Amino acid sequence: MTEPSTFFTASPAWHWLIIAYFFIGGLAGGCYALAVLIDLFGRPSDRPLGRLGYYVAFPAIVLSGLLLTLDLNRPERFWHMLIESHTFRPMLKLYSPMSFGSWVLLAFGGFALASFLAALAEAGRIRWTWPLQLRPPGPLGMLVGIVGGLLGIFVAGYTGVLLAVTNRPIWSDTPLLGLTFLISAASTSAALLILLADRRHHTAGLAALERFDRLALALEPLAILALIVSLGSVARVWLSAWGVLLGLMVALGIVIPLVMQWRSAGANPRPSAAAPLLVLIGGLMFRAVIVLSSDAARSVWPG
Amino acid sequence: MAQAMGFFTDTTICIGCKACEVACKEWNQLPATRGGVNTLSGDSYDNTRRLDGTHWRHVRFVEQFTPDRTDGRWLLMSDVCKHCVRAGCLEVCPTGAIIRTEFDTVVIQSDTCNGCRDCIGACPFGVIGVNPVSNTAQKCTLCYDRLQNGLEPACSKACPTDSINFGPIADLKVLAAKRVGTLHERGETRAYLYGADEKMLGGLNAFFLLVDRPEVYGLPSDPQLPSRNLVTGSVWTAFGAFALGLLGLISFRNRGERND
Repeated sequence: MTEPSTFFTASPAWHWLIIAYFFIGGLAGGCYALAVLIDLFGRPSDRPLGRLGYYVAFPAIVLSGLLLTLDLNRPERFWHMLIESHTFRPMLKLYSPMSFGSWVLLAFGGFALASFLAALAEAGRIRWTWPLQLRPPGPLGMLVGIVGGLLGIFVAGYTGVLLAVTNRPIWSDTPLLGLTFLISAASTSAALLILLADRRHHTAGLAALERFDRLALALEPLAILALIVSLGSVARVWLSAWGVLLGLMVALGIVIPLVMQWRSAGANPRPSAAAPLLVLIGGLMFRAVIVLSSDAARSVWPG
Repeated sequence: MAQAMGFFTDTTICIGCKACEVACKEWNQLPATRGGVNTLSGDSYDNTRRLDGTHWRHVRFVEQFTPDRTDGRWLLMSDVCKHCVRAGCLEVCPTGAIIRTEFDTVVIQSDTCNGCRDCIGACPFGVIGVNPVSNTAQKCTLCYDRLQNGLEPACSKACPTDSINFGPIADLKVLAAKRVGTLHERGETRAYLYGADEKMLGGLNAFFLLVDRPEVYGLPSDPQLPSRNLVTGSVWTAFGAFALGLLGLISFRNRGERND
């Protein structure tokens, strides 16, 4: 069988720093969006849970920027992503996910900082009171939350589109990477918040978060199956150790925690940390398999 | 804009001397070794193996032999950046380092590139690599500095058999069509042009005459632009966001009636 045209390309050598970014950036955007959902629909008793989302989002997006900068061959030129270095004019290409994504990361960083300060002020950890209005239910807070939440969803999903807008094996052989990354970001973000939440007080918000995580986890295998189908013959790359890893990821990171969460739903007032931990490990594994098996595609191609 | 300039590489008269590789390295001051080490392939006269950040011309040795080695042929091809009319690298470059010149060629400005390497994965031909000297992405510039001064590129100047032809694209296309006709007349009916017409990425400004399938020369038969996935990928992701939004609403709304 002739090799697909994507097999004649060279690897950009995006490895662990980028895998870590895909994971942590997904958590930043996902936790922020979930925090906004909690703020919009939650009860007063859920406010601490919402704060948790903002506490995660800002450090995670700062870390994301650091990881991306460190991965550059010339980190001191990171600002070239935003400013054209000869003309000093803004550098933006709407059709380049990396270019557009750089701007969204910057914007999302601003919203994440605003909400982070609001959360700190509400918890009394900083003395300023003005950041309080940056969080719902006030009108300014609603604006920050809704715009920031949409940007967060973009951050969680665009990385898959960025991989698709190349010419590499697997990445550009399917249009579904953005979708699967987004769903994985949703399940891992909910898992992280469940893990970090004060599980002794099983609030309605926490129950809702667990319900959301179960639904996202149920959706995830369907999305991965659709991804495999959409790859067509290129999916044969995964008739290798990479496929075994992917299967392991689905079992360990989706099926087992889903069963664990379903069995303990409602009954257990203090859900265990094991299920959300497995979801997080699975999310990291999923990104690692997608990123690294592309580089290995040619060597494991069954021919 | 000046005239569109490019290369027509006739692989049937390449003798594998690698003068083009040497001339390219000399003119562009590219290191002759890989990090100070001479690496030999060990199974071929081709020790360059692939185009990358320090190899902007690569003479590919395709060694086709029968298992008992009583019969065989060498296909030799001096590979280079294709300077696509619709270039994938230029599309994705987030810094604006990759530009289209007045000669319709594609050049990476080393002082702007920050080494994100998006272009390396976006190039349909795997042409670009990181040059460890500048630590930026680099590839053939079609000797932009020489062109600006009315000189022809170093590789085509050095080519002793005129396998590498340099000139205005329109002239090269006429020359190439004539050459294919001659070869067909002489019985080499397998000869065809790769990338000469606009169907392939709007046309390759460095195109080739081949006598076997593209894959045999390490070329994709159906090179595509990376942006082909942009709209479908974004729409599916937006669909996912919508679905998750619904799940979020189902999970978070009205739950107080059942819990608390």
